[in-house]
Amino acid sequence: MAVIELKNLTYTYGEGTPFCKKAVDNVSLSIEQGEFIGVIGHTGSGKSTLIQTLNGLLRPTGGQVLLNGKDIWAEPKKIREVRFRVGMVFQYPEHQLFEETVLGDIAFGPGNMGLSQEEALKRAREAAKFVGLSEDFYEKSPFELSGGEKRRVAIAGVIAMDPDVLVLDEPTAGLDPQGRDVLLAQITSYHKTRGNTVLLVSHSMEDIARTADRILVMNSSHAAMFGPTKEVFARGPELEQMGLRVPQITKILASLRERGWPVGTALTMEEAVRELLPLLEKGGVRS
Amino acid sequence: MSDQEFITARDVTFAYEPDEGCEPHNVLDGVNIAIRRGEFVALLGHNGSGKSTMAKMFNAMLLPTGGKVFVEGMDTVDEAILYEIRRRVGLVLQNPDNQLVASVVEEDVAFGPENLGVPPQEIRERVDEALKAVGMYDFRLSAPYKLSGGQKQRIAIAGIIAMQPECIVLDEPTAMLDPRGRTEVLDTIHRLNEEKGITIVLITHYMDEAVQAGRVIVMDGGHVLLSGEPREVFSQVELLKKHQLDVPQATELTYRLQGMGFPMPCTLTTEECVEAIAAYLPPLPAASRT
Repeated sequence: MAVIELKNLTYTYGEGTPFCKKAVDNVSLSIEQGEFIGVIGHTGSGKSTLIQTLNGLLRPTGGQVLLNGKDIWAEPKKIREVRFRVGMVFQYPEHQLFEETVLGDIAFGPGNMGLSQEEALKRAREAAKFVGLSEDFYEKSPFELSGGEKRRVAIAGVIAMDPDVLVLDEPTAGLDPQGRDVLLAQITSYHKTRGNTVLLVSHSMEDIARTADRILVMNSSHAAMFGPTKEVFARGPELEQMGLRVPQITKILASLRERGWPVGTALTMEEAVRELLPLLEKGGVRS
Repeated sequence: MSDQEFITARDVTFAYEPDEGCEPHNVLDGVNIAIRRGEFVALLGHNGSGKSTMAKMFNAMLLPTGGKVFVEGMDTVDEAILYEIRRRVGLVLQNPDNQLVASVVEEDVAFGPENLGVPPQEIRERVDEALKAVGMYDFRLSAPYKLSGGQKQRIAIAGIIAMQPECIVLDEPTAMLDPRGRTEVLDTIHRLNEEKGITIVLITHYMDEAVQAGRVIVMDGGHVLLSGEPREVFSQVELLKKHQLDVPQATELTYRLQGMGFPMPCTLTTEECVEAIAAYLPPLPAASRT
């Protein structure tokens, strides 16, 4: 079943003024329950505007956002509930920490939803586990943690609300390679365990290649592509035209394919080796 | 100190002011680095390795607690010459929004030279030249907030260039940018290095940016772990992974295939990797050649 459905979604900034700008233009698509969606597009393509309409931070100027089949603006007074069901992790979320303790910070969201203190803390502990924060962290001040740890606290704060849909905007920006790998592994394992829907916005095509089932490509306020990861990344030249690219490993195999060797599309190192090995063995120069 | 050495760090140690009841911890622990005039150096290391702290030493934003840092032979602890050092070494940070101060692009670029007391006529020339150098001259009357991330970052670089520095230190300048913005910024700093001979120190987590440098320095635990040409450094795949770093996917692919018995060279770029693999693939039937 579709958890999110966009019907002719349009958002115009400053409508009715000389500065009006259409940031999202007539986008229709649907996202199934449990999918992992990658969202890519260059700065100004409309992707940030689009995701901000998903939990009602922005109200569409045209069209509809349906959550579990229901228009989220049908009852504007209930938009707060939508924000609990579509959890949003913004860029550099560690700037939004404010509580005295790590556990207190993570429990703030569920507490705000009206859960009892006990239940909120239980949710917070579960969420902390998902992002790999051990009990030693619970009573620490969030401000004495490293950048990567702070970010995990902030993500746990959204996970603790147990949203149906988790939206992450550039969660790995500024992390070192290992920090990035660890965080992505935690997000994918959370996604598998909870079976909820995740949208990952990223400029890192490698991150998207490793995690997403399908990719939404935003370009000039339109949904330029929306399809399985492999199919989207097989369209390298079109993506480059849009100021995007494909992972290096995908490009290497695409170049070999263009030169005539029968290799498929690879998204990861393992897939690339699997594609190449039979051919290399036929080449027969193994030492 | 050879006369080619522009920045020299000698046995540098550094500890941030400890919290109450905590032992001071050395973020830098005996670092020796020499950066030659006109070099393009990439500085790598995981978060907490000390690389950003080291970068802030290069223009006296931070001063060593032990050891010395010299810029063109000038000791950075000497407050009397602080302006001389800052004029020679400019710093560009990760977030362009934190670095732009004016509401018009050209005013922002003029901010640095104004502070240095440069005469107005010359400021005009320097600003125009700096904006042309980063390919943003046509935007000189725009408002910075209307620009893309890559464009803003190029304005931040222009602001440094207008001070006519000999060296620019960039601390993860592309971390917040989309692929096109990253390319714009990278192309700009390579051009400044090649055409104007400006020394570049680039701190990055992107290995594809590091492979384009003349030299790569890898830091870990407050020390220099490796230093050398990109190919020397990135051929040590296991060592880098052990220190929580990565190699480009091209390098990793040829490395894995080497391990499977195909004696390929270490590759750094897409093109090199394609050539290395093609050499071991069976010849194509003439008909399928394009």
